[in-house]
Amino acid sequence: MMKMAVTVRALEVVRGGIPVLRGLDFGVASGEVTGLLGPSGCGKSTLMRTLVGVQRVTSGEVEVLGAPAGAASLRREIGYVSQQPSVYDDLTVTENLRFFARILGVGDERVAECLALVALDGHAHRIVGRLSGGERSRVSLAVALLGEPRLLVLDEPTVGLDPVLRVELWDTFHRLADDGAAVLVSSHVMDEASRCDRLLLMREGRLIADGTPSGLLDRTRAEDIEHAFLSLVRNEEAA
Amino acid sequence: MSALLTPSATGAVATRVLTQLRRDHRTLAMLLVLPCALMSVLWWMFHDLPGEGFSRLGPALLALIPFIIMFLVTSVTTLRERTSGTLERLLAMPMGKLDFLLGYALAFGLVAAVQSALAVGVCVVLLDLSIAGPVWMLMVVAVVDAVLGTALGLFVSAFARTEFQAVQFMPALVIPQILLCGLFVPRDALPRVLDVISEALPLSYAVDAMQRVASSGRTGEVWTDVALVAAYAVAGLALGALTLRRQSD
Ligand SMILES: Nc1ncnc2c1ncn2[C@@H]1O[C@H](COP(=O)(O)OP(=O)(O)OP(=O)(O)O)[C@@H](O)[C@H]1O
Ligand SMILES: [Mg+2]
Repeated sequence: MMKMAVTVRALEVVRGGIPVLRGLDFGVASGEVTGLLGPSGCGKSTLMRTLVGVQRVTSGEVEVLGAPAGAASLRREIGYVSQQPSVYDDLTVTENLRFFARILGVGDERVAECLALVALDGHAHRIVGRLSGGERSRVSLAVALLGEPRLLVLDEPTVGLDPVLRVELWDTFHRLADDGAAVLVSSHVMDEASRCDRLLLMREGRLIADGTPSGLLDRTRAEDIEHAFLSLVRNEEAA
Repeated sequence: MSALLTPSATGAVATRVLTQLRRDHRTLAMLLVLPCALMSVLWWMFHDLPGEGFSRLGPALLALIPFIIMFLVTSVTTLRERTSGTLERLLAMPMGKLDFLLGYALAFGLVAAVQSALAVGVCVVLLDLSIAGPVWMLMVVAVVDAVLGTALGLFVSAFARTEFQAVQFMPALVIPQILLCGLFVPRDALPRVLDVISEALPLSYAVDAMQRVASSGRTGEVWTDVALVAAYAVAGLALGALTLRRQSD
């Protein structure tokens, strides 16, 4: 049986008086790449923040690696890439990674490994603020990989990347999953869906589908995930 | 529970802040040169006047400068850390809140030490400021004073959404302290109410300490003032720790 890294029950989150997550139940398995897809504003980032433990929860249960989300024991176990790159623009790539490595208590040799994983070894000594948007977001990704986390939460890590690099990063995600990590990746680009082992489709704070890409295509008789999503939305509205 | 304080993490934060500062040549130059320039202007102002204007006001200015500068620098840097998401990232990592706060205090305390060493050096060597007490004590006061500015800056950055707002805390929290610290009107000559208020403000003690080192050199009284300023700094850091929330709405 698959080991669940994340179990969410009846999760509700209200932000600024508006219900953003409206009753979610799902799990994220270890050893898989799970895609979180849905239109802009549907609550993907809010959900990811909740799993990482930085978002206040209104009601419901969120269990991560056997502990409630936000527990102190989880701070070493989760790698999180927020949607906007959270790194220091006035430091070099290596200085950024070394700093976070010291906070995590991992050695400097891990810094070079993580730079290679995101294909930034050539930019090690450049100031982050002078990198391109895609390069910057890869620095942020490298920071999340430092601690060899058991759960990786990646909020749109492939935005602004060229197709070659995107394929490479997805390969990296799968390698990390093969090594046993649970990888949750959000995207609003539906064509990335086929690269996931499992998909969570979200709309307006609710999950409208949870399954394998092929299972979803079969069920909706659609030719791609984009059409599957549209047909699920139509069914929901008709119901 | 993660440890409240890990020396390696505190050190990492301090080193990082200093590296960021080192990258910013213009800020660094201003931090080190401006206090010396301001002291020189003060000396020049009183040069042709009778009386001891420079000796009276110089020590007070030496207390004001590190406090004001570190307050501003810290509130803007931490605000930037909040808006860029790096603070949230750090709080999601095994980093104690105290590591963050003390890292900043350490880094800016160190900058203040260098800054005031230069300013005091200029005053004593070039501008003939007479100091009755030990000169190094001026620097101790300056460093404690800078840490106080840093602590307050960390605290108020939690209440600012933008850099504009952060800078507005300067007239709100700093200028009243400058007005009431005894620089313009001796504190015991202030109206009763203002005198009581001035006794509750940390900068009053910082200025007192500087003036005591300069005029009498009675170090016992200076240490009492320094201890009071330090107590305010610790309280400021504690309040700052309360504003660092691992979860937000
Ligand atoms: N700080 C906040 N305070 C109040 N409401 C917020 C806040 N941040 C986001 N929201 C609201 O929560 C909802 C979900 O936002 P969220 O960022 O989770 O969406 P998303 O699916 O990640 O969108 P995108 O694909 O554009 O990143 C939106 O309606 C947004 O307006
Ligand atoms: Mg988002």
